[in-house]
Amino acid sequence: MSGPSHLLYLGLLAACLLGTAPLEIFLGTRVYARWRRLIATLVPVVVIFAGWDIYAISRRQWSYDARWTTGVRLLGRLPLEELLFFLVIPTCAILTLEAVRARRPGWTIGDEG
Amino acid sequence: MTYTELALLGVLGAVLVDLVVLGTRLVSRRAFWVTYGITFSFQLILNGLLTGIPVVRYDPHTIIGPRLAYAPLEDLLFGFALVLLTLSIWVRLGVADRDGRRAL
Repeated sequence: MSGPSHLLYLGLLAACLLGTAPLEIFLGTRVYARWRRLIATLVPVVVIFAGWDIYAISRRQWSYDARWTTGVRLLGRLPLEELLFFLVIPTCAILTLEAVRARRPGWTIGDEG
Repeated sequence: MTYTELALLGVLGAVLVDLVVLGTRLVSRRAFWVTYGITFSFQLILNGLLTGIPVVRYDPHTIIGPRLAYAPLEDLLFGFALVLLTLSIWVRLGVADRDGRRAL
């Protein structure tokens, strides 16, 4: 691991978090504010999709370029970036759903009070 | 199983969770499809970068071939399953929260 190119994948994920942060701040999505519910959502998602990823890596269905990743490998040779992907992208999706709801209160999603 | 088979299974599984297991029925709601449309457009950008640079490479034998903005079609199914499962669990926990069975 050397040089900024190895941070590319991490940087793309950071951009996703930065890009969606205004939804929480300006639209009042209250996703990070409800962090217990967020964590409880992310845990099963990470387990299922990281499991899928580890299977695909073990079967060599896909591979990661060493130039653009940190090289940090977790359980099952899962790249650190992939674990973070399964935390970041679902969080962005939830922020989007709550932003849609904030802008269109009439479009119910089923958990309204 | 190939990525194609797993991706189809992933979509089927996520829809079953939404409709049957958690009963959130997001696939019948406009708010979900608008949300998915937005996330889909950003997926094309992020996925396009990851597969176009490429950060990720695929074994040609595990995918059927066609790509959209560099991403194999299977990635789009993978993304749909990821978003639907996530939102279904999020909404189900919201229902539980509202009904007071769990304080989240």
